[in-house]
Amino acid sequence: MSQLPGNYIEHHLEHLQLNLNTFTMGNGGFWTLNLDTFIVGLITALLIGGLFRYVAVNMTVGVPGCLQNFVEACIGFVDRTVRDTYHGKSQLIAPLALTLFLWIFLMNTLDLLPVDFIPSLMQMMGVQHFKIVPTADPNMTFSMSITVFCLILFYNFTVKGWHLGKEVLTKPFGPWLFPVNIFFRLLEELVKPFSLALRLFGNMFAGELIFVLIAMLPWWSQWLPGGIWAIFHILIITVQAFIFMMLTIVYLSMAHDSH
Amino acid sequence: MEINATLIGQLITFAILVWFIMKYVWPPISKAMQEREKNIAAGLEAAERSKRELDAAQHKAISIIHDAKRDASHVVESAHKRSVQILEEAKDAAREEGNRLIAHAKNEIEREVTQAKDVLRKQLSQLAVQGAEKIIKHNLDAAKQKALLDEFVAEL
Repeated sequence: MSQLPGNYIEHHLEHLQLNLNTFTMGNGGFWTLNLDTFIVGLITALLIGGLFRYVAVNMTVGVPGCLQNFVEACIGFVDRTVRDTYHGKSQLIAPLALTLFLWIFLMNTLDLLPVDFIPSLMQMMGVQHFKIVPTADPNMTFSMSITVFCLILFYNFTVKGWHLGKEVLTKPFGPWLFPVNIFFRLLEELVKPFSLALRLFGNMFAGELIFVLIAMLPWWSQWLPGGIWAIFHILIITVQAFIFMMLTIVYLSMAHDSH
Repeated sequence: MEINATLIGQLITFAILVWFIMKYVWPPISKAMQEREKNIAAGLEAAERSKRELDAAQHKAISIIHDAKRDASHVVESAHKRSVQILEEAKDAAREEGNRLIAHAKNEIEREVTQAKDVLRKQLSQLAVQGAEKIIKHNLDAAKQKALLDEFVAEL
């Protein structure tokens, strides 16, 4: 390892950025696009969309093939989970949950690639920084949690209508304490997107950081902590994707039902 | 960690992906899955039904076989009776025929015996006449002899 440890870590935590004001590479304040996050997100999205669309087109009612079985298992799993929790009529919830689960899972899985593999490849092609795991970028996680938050607001307003006002004013402490009720309710709703986004981001970022730290060990000692952490990380990847999906379903069904 | 325009880009990507999954992936797959579930349920039901039908058919077949066996034993029994009857009849007929033949033969024998007796009587009479003639030729005339003989024959 020729670099200093600090440089090495910093190098791994920097995004490949495009300044949208000038369309040059580099940081442009808010109007910056993290190209790595965006491109990897796009590729994984295309992969999922393409694969599932391919299966949907070639769907047979008869004996399913291997790929169809896998896709059906995913859809059956999500469908069951949604049906257990959510009792509304919306046709959006189940596909949304499926998309969240698959996309997050796939993006998380990229964490299992060797930390230096993609960045080194990119460096050979002249790209200085490339962070391969989009879910370790808060922009990614917040984009999903904000979508969920918007849907929570949408369903609260459309499903409950005027009852929402009553609910906000009177629950949980009764009508006389309505300022407290409003405060609690606002807090409760606002915390949701943050908890969703930061939980996923935190887990993935920390996981990636630990891989980077392991990569700084002498080469002959990396396999043991690296292996253990990778195996453990498989669990984290799946669990985080599942938690994000599950909480989305729970939040949205809460937005449908009165407290 | 900084929030920037990537958020907007990812929002759009995410929205498009959700829309695509909702529109083009979820409905056909879940429809096909439901259809398969229905097919399987129908298949199971059909299997159950055909099993019941098979049971019923087996019962029916057993009862038919029982009936057939009973009928067959009836037929055999009646045939047996009939054969015995025919045998008896044949025996009777044969006995009758035999009796008839015996009676006929007896008649015939009697008739022939009578005939033979007649013939013998005639021959005997002739012989007697001849013998008498030979004897009497020596001492009696023919007329007296004839009268004597006729008398003798009549007495015979």
